[in-house]
Amino acid sequence: MSEKHNFGIKPVTCHAVSGDKNGMALSLNDHEVKIYKKSGGKWQETETLDEHGQRVSGIDWAPKSNRIVTCGADRNAYVWTLQDGKWKPHLVILRINRAATCVQWSPQENKFAVGSSARLISVSYYEDEHNWWVSKHIKKPIRSTVTCLDWHPNNVLIAAGSTDFKARVFSGYIKEIESKPSSNSWGTKMTFATLMAEFSNGGGGWVHSVSFSPSGEKIAWVGHDSSVSVADSAQGNRLVVVKDSFLPFMGITWVTENSMVAAGYDCNPMLFTYNSGQGSLALVSKLDIPQEKAAGTISAMNRFKDLDKKASSGDTSAELKTQHQNTITQVSVFEGSKDKCKRIATAGVDGNIILWDLGSLERSIQALKIS
Amino acid sequence: MAKNTGASKFRRVDVDQFDDDKFVDDADTEAESAEGANDAEVNNLLAQGKSQDALKLVLTSAPVGSKSQAVKDRAFNTALRVLTSFKSADIDKSVKALDPRSIDTLMKYIYRGFETPSDNSSALLLTWHEKTFVAGGLGSIVRVLTDRKRV
Repeated sequence: MSEKHNFGIKPVTCHAVSGDKNGMALSLNDHEVKIYKKSGGKWQETETLDEHGQRVSGIDWAPKSNRIVTCGADRNAYVWTLQDGKWKPHLVILRINRAATCVQWSPQENKFAVGSSARLISVSYYEDEHNWWVSKHIKKPIRSTVTCLDWHPNNVLIAAGSTDFKARVFSGYIKEIESKPSSNSWGTKMTFATLMAEFSNGGGGWVHSVSFSPSGEKIAWVGHDSSVSVADSAQGNRLVVVKDSFLPFMGITWVTENSMVAAGYDCNPMLFTYNSGQGSLALVSKLDIPQEKAAGTISAMNRFKDLDKKASSGDTSAELKTQHQNTITQVSVFEGSKDKCKRIATAGVDGNIILWDLGSLERSIQALKIS
Repeated sequence: MAKNTGASKFRRVDVDQFDDDKFVDDADTEAESAEGANDAEVNNLLAQGKSQDALKLVLTSAPVGSKSQAVKDRAFNTALRVLTSFKSADIDKSVKALDPRSIDTLMKYIYRGFETPSDNSSALLLTWHEKTFVAGGLGSIVRVLTDRKRV
């Protein structure tokens, strides 16, 4: 069902998993990136990447080329490559004057995008001639901090969420390194930095996380107004919004072509399903169904002790019923891919990373049907 | 040395308009009933004892898109009058009949009411809050805090 891995008492602000699932890179809300290796069901710390001067805000691990890219509030990004068992940094000049907030490799791993508070997205690619990462900027019409990014599977389009309450789709086509992209459901003309689509779910709420569906036809995003939104480019950019009765979500990822998992301040991942025929989006089930604790009998002595010490009788523990004891900061696909996800990972402010096996959850939770 | 001409015209040049990175706030594209509910109409409904209809009217025509504080104040006073016209026992039923969008607007009015308490309004608003919270959950409170479209 789920495995809980603890990494201390500090919040796990960002994490990434290696292609072979045996490596984990994470940052505990500081300037260091720690590398863990799985051995015997436990994560052993193997190395600390200590190059950033300020808090690390984003990590991504390229599965095929086995490179790590990190970015931080010090406005720098580093590409780390494994040489003789050690991770070696390579500085990337992003040319930004505010903090970098998020980073992601493109699917083909020949470029990566960095979002920043400088109201721009920096797309970096490697120039063999100069032995150097070169950055290009997407500026317009972003009007506030870029908080999250996701690449389209075609290696060209980028979805970006921002604190101006909007989700956008841009072209990240770099003509120096790749051939001309063929047209898709988002449009035909894809010169660099073209705005392909812009969505607002009706004012209110920073966008915290955005995700392309496995086919790339839909984007889903979550905002601070407790909303989950899906825009479907195959249906003429139709927008479906659910404003729920929960606390806001911080992360979202697709787990099949029609289902996505969102998690956030409720400390509980939830599965949503989008029905493209009906154009409806609905919560299916929470993934963390708390085990009912047997209401143990309380001895008379304990009862009076509690009354005396805590001025209350009965259960006074501050523990949450969910497995995460604090906000979930990030949701990622751990095993499988977005179109057929086997396990997802959620990282939380409580210092835990929990791996959720969707297959066994589907069998054990009756209401949970992943389509 | 430059001659002092006493010219001050240049001071009125808006240099910010030439700044590429200038922040322009989103213009409200949807013109949602900028005027708010018609006072007379609401009074009429209240006089006929149709509090539920009055509530629906007030919530659906809330001037959330309006920039004028006076319009919002007037609409808020009307809404408060409608809310206080309910008997505590009827509140539960009334909230259950509302759609999610109206519940969010109702929650905004309740918090606005807490901002400026008047005689006995808070007690009633707390009852409203309790029932609305059951229907809208924490999400509706979060949206009171985050939404740019205030009442």
